Amino acid sequence: MQWYIEKKGENMIRLDTNKIVDGNEKNTPNTKIEVENLNFYYGEKQVLKNINLKIFEKKVTAIIGPSGCGKSTFIRLLNRMDEFVSDARFDGKIIIDGINILDENIDKVSLRRKVGMVFQKPNPFPKSIKENVAYGLKINNWKDKFKIEARVIDSLKKSALWEEVKFRLNDNALNLSGGQQQRLCIARCIAVEPEIILFDEPCASLDPISTAKIEELIVNLKKEYTIIIVTHNMQQALRVADYTAFFLMGEMVEFGPTKNLFESPVDKRTEDYITGKFG
Amino acid sequence: MIKEKIFLFFIKSIVLIITIIIFGIFGYLFYNGIKVINLDFIFSMPRNFMKEGGIFPALIGTFLLIILSITVSLPFGIATAVYISEYKPKGFLSDIIKISIKTLSSVPSVVFGLFGYGIFVNAFGFGVSLISGALTLSILSLPIIISSTLESLGMVPQSYREASMALGATKWETIYKVVIPAASPSILTAIILSIARVAGETAPILFTACVFYQEKLPFSLFSPVMALPYHIYALISEGTDPQIHIPMAYGTSVVLLMLVIFLSSYAMVYREKRRKYDKIRY
Amino acid sequence: MNNEKNKILKEKIIEKIIFIFSMFSIFSLFLIIMILFRESLPSIKEIGLIEMIKGREWYPTDLENPSFGFFPLIYSSIYITILSLIFSIPLGLSLAIYISEIASEKIKSILKIIVELISMIPSVVFGFVGVSILVPFIQKTFNLPLGYCVLTASIVLALMATPIIATLCEDFLRMVPLNLREASTALGANKYQTITKIILPAASSGLFTAMILGAGRIIGETMVVLMLSGGSAMIPENVFDPARPITSAIASEMGEAVKGSIHYSALFAMGMILFIISIATSIIAEFLSKRYSLKLGKGR
Repeated sequence: MQWYIEKKGENMIRLDTNKIVDGNEKNTPNTKIEVENLNFYYGEKQVLKNINLKIFEKKVTAIIGPSGCGKSTFIRLLNRMDEFVSDARFDGKIIIDGINILDENIDKVSLRRKVGMVFQKPNPFPKSIKENVAYGLKINNWKDKFKIEARVIDSLKKSALWEEVKFRLNDNALNLSGGQQQRLCIARCIAVEPEIILFDEPCASLDPISTAKIEELIVNLKKEYTIIIVTHNMQQALRVADYTAFFLMGEMVEFGPTKNLFESPVDKRTEDYITGKFG
Repeated sequence: MIKEKIFLFFIKSIVLIITIIIFGIFGYLFYNGIKVINLDFIFSMPRNFMKEGGIFPALIGTFLLIILSITVSLPFGIATAVYISEYKPKGFLSDIIKISIKTLSSVPSVVFGLFGYGIFVNAFGFGVSLISGALTLSILSLPIIISSTLESLGMVPQSYREASMALGATKWETIYKVVIPAASPSILTAIILSIARVAGETAPILFTACVFYQEKLPFSLFSPVMALPYHIYALISEGTDPQIHIPMAYGTSVVLLMLVIFLSSYAMVYREKRRKYDKIRY
Repeated sequence: MNNEKNKILKEKIIEKIIFIFSMFSIFSLFLIIMILFRESLPSIKEIGLIEMIKGREWYPTDLENPSFGFFPLIYSSIYITILSLIFSIPLGLSLAIYISEIASEKIKSILKIIVELISMIPSVVFGFVGVSILVPFIQKTFNLPLGYCVLTASIVLALMATPIIATLCEDFLRMVPLNLREASTALGANKYQTITKIILPAASSGLFTAMILGAGRIIGETMVVLMLSGGSAMIPENVFDPARPITSAIASEMGEAVKGSIHYSALFAMGMILFIISIATSIIAEFLSKRYSLKLGKGR
């Protein structure tokens, strides 16, 4: 095993370049997102400190860390949802496919079609199941009824919800259970065919069975999408993620293939967190 | 112990007295009004200088005044609420708008009548007419529409807006396709309730729109109208023959009351129904 | 790409339109103030505002020597308002206490509907009921030449104002934190003691605010006083005298006053004064209400 250690700024990034990944022999996966020297401030408080990170294409990257470490703030920058927060400032770069999305001229609307988000609490619209999934298409000026319907069905199938709702597409989405609503939100998100999907603690309000279903879904989805998942549940990271980043108090402490981060962490703080010395 | 009993007795009797008085008033009005109401009363025009005939033009007049005033105040009212709630909740201008609305809502209705008289009837030269009355009423109802729409928009969960924006919708698309539809049952209820209020307003139309007696229906925006609340007042104060006019007043009161009660209860029942269906807290 | 640009343009245009529409409310208020001011100017110039307010005789239609003294009108307005507050405060407050503290859930909802029902009755209908029932009654009972007087108007006004006061008081009562009630009950106090010793004192400034707001609404009411308080513009000496409050004067004389005359202008001046009184009560009430919520907040 050869470890290639990159030192950017003050962070240590461990990348395993010659390792067998996912059972196939592969080279270093492509970088989809590159974060460079990112700082973020709410008013006087600095919430993110000098973050440097690479997110690999079509892999699941988990971001773990205790409450308040900045992981939600970070993930919300990736689709520029920072505009919901007043008094926010930042500097640094986030480069997706060669474009810095932190640039002030960036078109957030088209960014969000490329980078989708699933929220902590399921938030379907008070409309029918079908209308929920079709919403993203309608705002993209899709007019053909048949094409819309085909995409809706396809998305529902991909999010493992189709069998349960195929006879009641016109029912109010709020009548679904929590787990179903979350899968609906995932279907709604993938209907617009993003390239990257951000999951912000998607199972936090769900029961264990629904959680398991969604985790299974995420593992399947990575064949087509690059996935970043914020989670406070370390077991979840172990179950679904290829790579994991550990955030603590606004800093990115350590990043690497999940198994390695958990089995042989480099930084003591990582080790303390994983072994439960603090939460 | 005794003090408690006396106190509770005192309070309960007051509540009872109020209830009895109110039901008494309703009963008295309905009892005397029903005698007069028939199809002829409601649908025919008055004849012979109000000695015979019905109150149809008053019904039409009230109806027209309401429709016209809502047509004006609704777009301005909703736009204002959307501006404050969705675009600039913290702006300086939004604060000024809020202060203006609060001020407007404390203006007595007769001052609105004065305003309408000065501006629409005289300055613009519309004269005592349907349009003067309707415009006056629209300004009167503007603050209510704005504040209730603001409240309705505020009740739409923020997560809907976030979900819509995260899917790549623009701000206006989010407002138009998600926020307003989610708030619309509540907004609709508020509109119906404000219509019920405006239907009973007399002072603003007293000298801006109304006449006592019309043989024909108003044929243009600039003709004066009869209206239900004004009719009641006029029958009492200008009616020359109390034998005929007092019963007519009862009848008109009952018609007006039924209109107002019908509208309000419809609004409230509608709100309850939607609340159960949409599972949103209204 | 063009589609994108079009969309951004459309967004901007829509935002501008919404902004312009929103300015309408500020504009209307400005218009109202301007018209009131402009039309009252002639009479203010000719007679002087202080003179008008102090003037004790309101005979605008006297051909030889018209006088435009507001004092009887203002005095009548205040007199009637205070009298109807005296009636409506116990009514409204009792209703509020009952709904908020005593009634069961079922009765509470019924009562709330009844209160809303009362508030929906148009003022002209209240006036009419007053004319047909109360006026003859008062006339006979107190042996008066006519039943149209301060007392009659105040009674009906009180009935009309009860739901407003009741709703406001109920809101303020509800703002008293639950833990105060719980603490009192846990110490063994009965309902009467909890209400009178803990809740009412805690809510007192809020309740006072409710009364100020109620007064503001009552003083602006037109139809009831127009129909019930009698026609003469003298200073009422007791409750059985007729009176002509501000609103009644404006409503009944506006139709007759010749446009552009001093009478016309004086009525507008009257309206301006009424406008200022209403806004003043609203501001005072707002200020008091903020202080009240702060006080409760700190009290926790």
